[in-house]
Amino acid sequence: MAAQATTTASGVAWPSASPSRQILKRLRRSRSTQIGLFLTLIVAVLSLGAPIFTDVDPNEMTPSAILQAPSRAHPFGTDDFGRDIFSRVLHGGRISLLVGFVVSGATAVLGFLVGTLAGYYRRLDNPLMRVMDALMAFPAILLAIGIMAILGPRLLNILIALVVVYTPRTARVVRGEILVLRESDFVLAARALGVSDARIMLRHLVPNSLAPVLVQQTFILAVAILAEAGLGFLGVGVPPDVPTLGGILSDSRTFLRSAIWMSIFPGTFITVLVLGFNLLGDGLRDVFDPRMQL
Amino acid sequence: MGRYILRRLIAFIPTLIIVSFLIFIMIYLIPGDPVSMMLGAEASATEADELRRQLGLDQPFLGRMKTWYSGAVRGDLGHSLFLHQPVTSALLERLPVTLSLTFCALMISATIGITAGVIASLRQGKFTDWGIMLLAIIGISIPIFWLALNMIFLFSVRLGWFPTGGYSPISEGLGSFLKHLFLPSLALGLAYTALIARMSRSSMLEVLRQDYVRTARAKGLRDRGVILVHAMRNALIPIVTILGLTVGELLAGSVITETVFNLPGVGRLVIDAVKRRDYPVVQGGILIITFTYLCVNLLVDLVYGWIDPRIRYS
Repeated sequence: MAAQATTTASGVAWPSASPSRQILKRLRRSRSTQIGLFLTLIVAVLSLGAPIFTDVDPNEMTPSAILQAPSRAHPFGTDDFGRDIFSRVLHGGRISLLVGFVVSGATAVLGFLVGTLAGYYRRLDNPLMRVMDALMAFPAILLAIGIMAILGPRLLNILIALVVVYTPRTARVVRGEILVLRESDFVLAARALGVSDARIMLRHLVPNSLAPVLVQQTFILAVAILAEAGLGFLGVGVPPDVPTLGGILSDSRTFLRSAIWMSIFPGTFITVLVLGFNLLGDGLRDVFDPRMQL
Repeated sequence: MGRYILRRLIAFIPTLIIVSFLIFIMIYLIPGDPVSMMLGAEASATEADELRRQLGLDQPFLGRMKTWYSGAVRGDLGHSLFLHQPVTSALLERLPVTLSLTFCALMISATIGITAGVIASLRQGKFTDWGIMLLAIIGISIPIFWLALNMIFLFSVRLGWFPTGGYSPISEGLGSFLKHLFLPSLALGLAYTALIARMSRSSMLEVLRQDYVRTARAKGLRDRGVILVHAMRNALIPIVTILGLTVGELLAGSVITETVFNLPGVGRLVIDAVKRRDYPVVQGGILIITFTYLCVNLLVDLVYGWIDPRIRYS
């Protein structure tokens, strides 16, 4: 891509920084991105390093330590089965991160596939996008509950349900980008040179529509984590023997009066994680498209 | 406007058909035999045959589809396996709870959200703007159910101002009705307040930068006049969009709020039905919530055309 030129006060034109440098510069200046990255890194390090930070099995029940307040032995206290909440929260965080990243990644791949085909081939646009619209006609959490009702409570099924729910959102963004790009001069030139459709899509269209999708996928990461926690809270998520943040919060309902720590710690943990990704998404949007700045 | 309404109504029909078809085929997508999934391993062959007949699974696919669609049009969504009553009557009994909750939550989120967004836009870059936007991003990051639990802990357990859960119909007194509905509506509404505030702010900022707003100011109009007469009306279009989407999310969010606050609404009915594998109720519940959501979106589309005539002719 040609570098843009800037005119100085003396009237001399200098080539400005390349787009990637400009983005890096904006990334360094974006406080939202930095705080978001910091928060997600804290939670990610704690969750992924769970075996380093605690050697307590998240499912180990200690009848002599039921509903104990936070202490040195149990930094986040214990639940009604005497299980260590610190260990359960860290292990639950791993499930949240796994769900977030897998759903975000899988929806990106499928969204690119559907969105690119719909945007590039006019005859595929209507049938593909009607199916996407029909899936988007359901409120997200309700569609996820419906799919979980069919498939049953398993981690893999949660991933399938959330991928089905959020793929249409990515596909729409990709299609919008492709519709604009396919009329661009560089695509027309590639077509005139006899470049195959597959190559045009893979080498020209997909790389040029990455930025808005990256922003969208960061938000999908956040909402997928919230949705998984919601399904876990409702008891239609993963089986009860797997510690999840939503499941821990669901258990805490009965003990609000006597053991508020059962709710405070997992709730704060998930909020910080989602807040981190939301800030990161906001920051990336501002960096890639300053016109959209809130 | 008449042609625009007709166009929107025609576009609404295929969506409704596809959505109801997806809900209809739910039972066919269950891995294995849905009847043994629902009854468990101990059920006798007679019981299984009876349930298969009741669900229409003994009929060919197209015949079953015809029966299901004609039933749905007549308001017959089958029979609940556990409640031992028609699905439609079970849903209609609980619908007022869900609709009251959604309506109150919408009022809360729209009032606080639009006000906060407009204030933030008028104080752009100042401390108020920064504070509101910080609260808004925290608001969209907090899980509804955790917010609800914290509210129960603070306002019900500690302060004793509101009941910890349950529902009191309006027929038993307005005071008791509002007292039971306030916390659930606030918990549900606040989650979407943040989204509306962000949208209202960016929409207002966009409008405030327009030439006609500058012209109005240059003519000497007072700020209040510029904001209320010129800016707000044009900023309303995207806000109406987000309000329409919010209704759908609030309806779906009621599933969670009703569970936390023990409200006997459609959402809780659906969750109980999922756990008991009462598929006719799951299908009926999803159908009724999604149908309401689609109708609200259709209404939003029509309101658009009324607010902004350009949309009618596009």
